[in-house]
Amino acid sequence: MNIFFFKAVLIFYLAGTLIFLLYLLRQKPFISKIATTFLFSGFVFHTISLTLRYFEAGYIPITNLHEAPSFLAWAIVCLYLIVQFKYKIDVLGSFISPLALILIVISAAFSKEIGPLPSILKSTWLPIHVILAFVGNAIFALAFCAGVMYLIQEYQIKSKRIGSLYYRLPSLKLLDDINHYCLTIGFPLLTLAMISGSIWARFAWGSFWNWDAKEVWTLLTWVFYAVLLHGRINMGWRGKRAAVFAIIGFFAVMFSFLGINTMCSGLHSYER
Amino acid sequence: MDIIVVGLNHKTAPIEMRERLHFPSDAIEEPLKKVTDLSYISEGLILSTCNRVEVIAVTKDPEKGINEVKDFLSFYHNVSKQQLDSCLYSYESYDAVRHIFKVASSLDSMIVGEPQILGQLKDAYSMANKYKTSGLIMHKFFHKAFSVGKKVRTESMIATSAVSISFAAVELAKKIFDDLKDKVVMLIGSGEMSELAARHLMNNGVKEILIANRTHSKAVKLADEFVGRPIVFEDLALFLDQVDIVISSTSSPHYTIGYDDVVRSLKIRKYKPIFLIDIAVPRDIDPRINNIDNVYLYDIDDIQGVVDANIKARREEAKKAERIIEREVDQFDRWLKSLSVVPTIISLKESLEDIRKKEVERTISGLNGNSQLDRELLDNLTSSIINKILHSPLTQLKRQENTRRRDYYIDAIRNLFNLK
Repeated sequence: MNIFFFKAVLIFYLAGTLIFLLYLLRQKPFISKIATTFLFSGFVFHTISLTLRYFEAGYIPITNLHEAPSFLAWAIVCLYLIVQFKYKIDVLGSFISPLALILIVISAAFSKEIGPLPSILKSTWLPIHVILAFVGNAIFALAFCAGVMYLIQEYQIKSKRIGSLYYRLPSLKLLDDINHYCLTIGFPLLTLAMISGSIWARFAWGSFWNWDAKEVWTLLTWVFYAVLLHGRINMGWRGKRAAVFAIIGFFAVMFSFLGINTMCSGLHSYER
Repeated sequence: MDIIVVGLNHKTAPIEMRERLHFPSDAIEEPLKKVTDLSYISEGLILSTCNRVEVIAVTKDPEKGINEVKDFLSFYHNVSKQQLDSCLYSYESYDAVRHIFKVASSLDSMIVGEPQILGQLKDAYSMANKYKTSGLIMHKFFHKAFSVGKKVRTESMIATSAVSISFAAVELAKKIFDDLKDKVVMLIGSGEMSELAARHLMNNGVKEILIANRTHSKAVKLADEFVGRPIVFEDLALFLDQVDIVISSTSSPHYTIGYDDVVRSLKIRKYKPIFLIDIAVPRDIDPRINNIDNVYLYDIDDIQGVVDANIKARREEAKKAERIIEREVDQFDRWLKSLSVVPTIISLKESLEDIRKKEVERTISGLNGNSQLDRELLDNLTSSIINKILHSPLTQLKRQENTRRRDYYIDAIRNLFNLK
């Protein structure tokens, strides 16, 4: 049953994304409304799909390459809907929906079988560690989108080339604020995810730190975001530089999320 | 009854001609009365702005009505007909309705989308009401025109972007800062355009305006006007770290703000963005400043470029607006066509005849006996009742044929009897 809803999610996110891309070309308010409706319906199906899968498997569905990207996509769309509801930045959907779509397509490419949970993962730390990490990742995804939007808008204003997006993209201040908020929420979440992970590792593997590839890469990402946070708070970093940092930071996040597991084997490898 | 428009605008007539044909609003009663006194005109309205003069009227014969209005304009303003004919345009019925809807939507304006025209149209309409030169058709027509104007404004984005230098500057500031509430503005020098921009910024609620002028007394005077704070011209660079928006327009041949000034103050203000607007020619602000991160410098040509882009965007929106207008013109035209005596009488009679027949059938089916005889009796009786009842209203209606009240009668009949 969860697979049926998953397919619906795929179709609705695809439709939502295509309509949102159309919105970039033809900027009529009703187009973004339709797109948001599709995305929202997709999100409802997604929630159903994940819930069903949770009950079918008996554990939180984030342990393999089908489940993890799907869960992250869900978190990102959830975050988008909250932000959209509060700030009404229609055009944000055009940037964030392709991201959710890519994740859901990756998820679809992997086996959807529900396997038994490996004994090493049977722990109350699993949901704590993973949910902290995923929500953090979703927030960094939002910062990434705001960063891309900032760079486009900044380019238009700075170079005085007023394109059609100038009218629809929000102000530089708002985009920079989103970047800032995301960092101040995402960074503590990332930190907590790492702390909870190392406590769990102490119990499961016997040591707080195991020099696992994912651990190392995540530490690098953490340092990177720490530098950005320090720069923002103490050195007046803002605007373009902060936007570029948020974009690079998100690539690092995505690499540790998906890339590192497929390239090197280690303790964090997803189940196949 | 038909609607006609005779007039000229900025596209068809030079300013000298528009000036000569102008009707000052404080002396509009006489021309309004003269227009409606013309033999073919039953209702009239005069719209006179700096870009257009139009007589909008209701007539029973468009061709003759238009000629009469043209003669009136030529006579009233003492302009020869040949001279006038080269500038005047005229529209009748469908085209006249479309034209006025376009005017109301600001599609026919010099600056497409400018908002004043709707207000001017409303003023013209209220003048016609005040001097009682408007009737049912004008009322319906103008209320429709106002709602079309509003609809176009809300459904297309025709009026969302700034098309003047000073507004474009404010809009850019909003795209950079979002909210201007806690922002500080520095006004350097004086000049119509820069003061206008400062005024728009003030209307958007900026916190403070600092004013610098080479002649300090001028700064003090301007500061009085803007409720701002005068600062010493030679020290203005020292204030840059407090300022978010700078508007400069001095006649100085040198830069009043240099590269290093901005770099230094930016550091003090922790790289919070600065938006500089240089309206002066030759320029007041070192153009290299635009290369600094979080600093945005626009000179007069740059802002003109934004204005041009906005105007282009408005033209695209205008196409959308025309589609909205086409729909509305159709609707209004149908209503206007329904307002004639003969078709109204026909459909009224048909409607009553329908009722009569249905009731006769019902009664017959309830009676036994000689139905053929009954039917003849009933038909005669009911038909004569209807004719008797209709006699007086129809004679009244025909008697009103050539008066302005006629339209009210027809409209009332159509509404009361629910005629399509």
